[in-house]
Amino acid sequence: MLKFTEDHEWLKIEGDVATVGITEYAAEQLGDLVFVELPEIGAKLEKGGEASTVESVKAASDVYCPLAGEVVEVNQAIVDDPSLVNSDPAGAGWFFKLKLDDAASAGALMDEAAYKSMIG
Amino acid sequence: MDTTADLLKTPLHSLHLELGARMAGFAGYDMPIQYPMGVMKEHLHTRAEAGLFDVSHMGQILIRAKSGDVRDAALALESLTPVDVADLKPGRQRYGLFTNAAGGLEDDFMVANRGDHLYLVVNAACKHDDLARLEAALSETCEIEARFDRGLIALQGPEAESVLLAYASEAEDMVFMDVAEFDIAGVPAVVSRSGYTGEDGYEISLPAEETDRIARLLLTDDRLAPIGLGARDSLRLEAGLCLYGHDIDETTTPVEANLTWAIQKVRRKGGARAGGFPGADVILGQFETGAPRRRVGLQPTGKAPVRAGAALFEAETGGESIGTVTSGGFGPSANAPVAMGYVPSGLSATGTRIYADVRGKRLEMAVTALPFVPSTYKR
Repeated sequence: MLKFTEDHEWLKIEGDVATVGITEYAAEQLGDLVFVELPEIGAKLEKGGEASTVESVKAASDVYCPLAGEVVEVNQAIVDDPSLVNSDPAGAGWFFKLKLDDAASAGALMDEAAYKSMIG
Repeated sequence: MDTTADLLKTPLHSLHLELGARMAGFAGYDMPIQYPMGVMKEHLHTRAEAGLFDVSHMGQILIRAKSGDVRDAALALESLTPVDVADLKPGRQRYGLFTNAAGGLEDDFMVANRGDHLYLVVNAACKHDDLARLEAALSETCEIEARFDRGLIALQGPEAESVLLAYASEAEDMVFMDVAEFDIAGVPAVVSRSGYTGEDGYEISLPAEETDRIARLLLTDDRLAPIGLGARDSLRLEAGLCLYGHDIDETTTPVEANLTWAIQKVRRKGGARAGGFPGADVILGQFETGAPRRRVGLQPTGKAPVRAGAALFEAETGGESIGTVTSGGFGPSANAPVAMGYVPSGLSATGTRIYADVRGKRLEMAVTALPFVPSTYKR
């Protein structure tokens, strides 16, 4: 199940674990990323809390946690090479995996069609 | 979109839109922040080949002495600036500073001796204040003419000379900080060999109605790419150049800002025209006693950019803030984060380790010599 947030994140949900990344639209808006800071494994994050920081040449931006849960895995590859987020935001550029407190809560997020209509 | 409707447009506004620029308000103008190439590639392209920048938002001001002698205009301008204007030869330009009574900086600018008048280029956000400052202090002896209508484009990068030579052979013989007037494709232009990137290049002043045509003509050369304000900022930061309102402002003196090179000996104590500018007692005093703080280059040890506004500390934990980062980001050519800021003079030696607060963590930085990327001016 693929879901999207108004903050331009995508979640690929398998069971009670969500893989989280930023959308192609977000990656394009941010521009070439030069730095990514990821949450620590084991961190318990609230919905809407700061999960990660990404920086382009010009500016720093926060990536918010789309749903409440515990970080169970992070993608070190984007820390080592932030350009992966720009070149493959929906694939190799994923950020972290979240064990959801409530897997059913994902149901309220946008599906792909709704997200595409939001960004026009 | 009420906010953008109030913004002024430069003569290249429609060109920026055609080129797909992402626009934003800057100093009251709707300006291109980046083009589809993106800040990173625009920056690298400028250092590898050449970039065209629209800097028409900056203020162009002419000063003519009522006596007809440009030296009288220069001496009048020296009442507002600590730089040596009177000895500036015709066809030459130099960096200048407007000071205030406390020794702080009201603006920085370029001033050229154009033979029968002085030509100033001042910052966009300060240009109306600068005009008022000049009129208040100089109008008895000088005519002040604001040319805020004119276009100004910068060509920067190693291929800039070759790009311009196709239209104006006069560009070849100029060296860094030369200023000359000649035609570019039939349009009379005032051209200086200078810029704000650390690269060789030109700044070209044009009549507003011809600026768009000349910019489009120059851009037919594939080596030249349009570059937005985003890359302009990262280029000037790597070059160690100050951004007014960030690295220098009304509270920073030229000595604190490490701009003593801009104050020639003739204006310092013992010089033939020592003092005579706002804040001279403070500024010339600091030449002897030193300043309490200094602008320095700061190189983060890690990969995280440290941005303007980050507080600086002497130790990794505890203690009061000792200074602030005034410019910071990622340097695409340095391929590392780069920054500038103010530290106490006792901590300004190259190699000194200090710490910056970034999102609640203290990140190590080393005081480093500027620029981060060597300049390639044609001397």
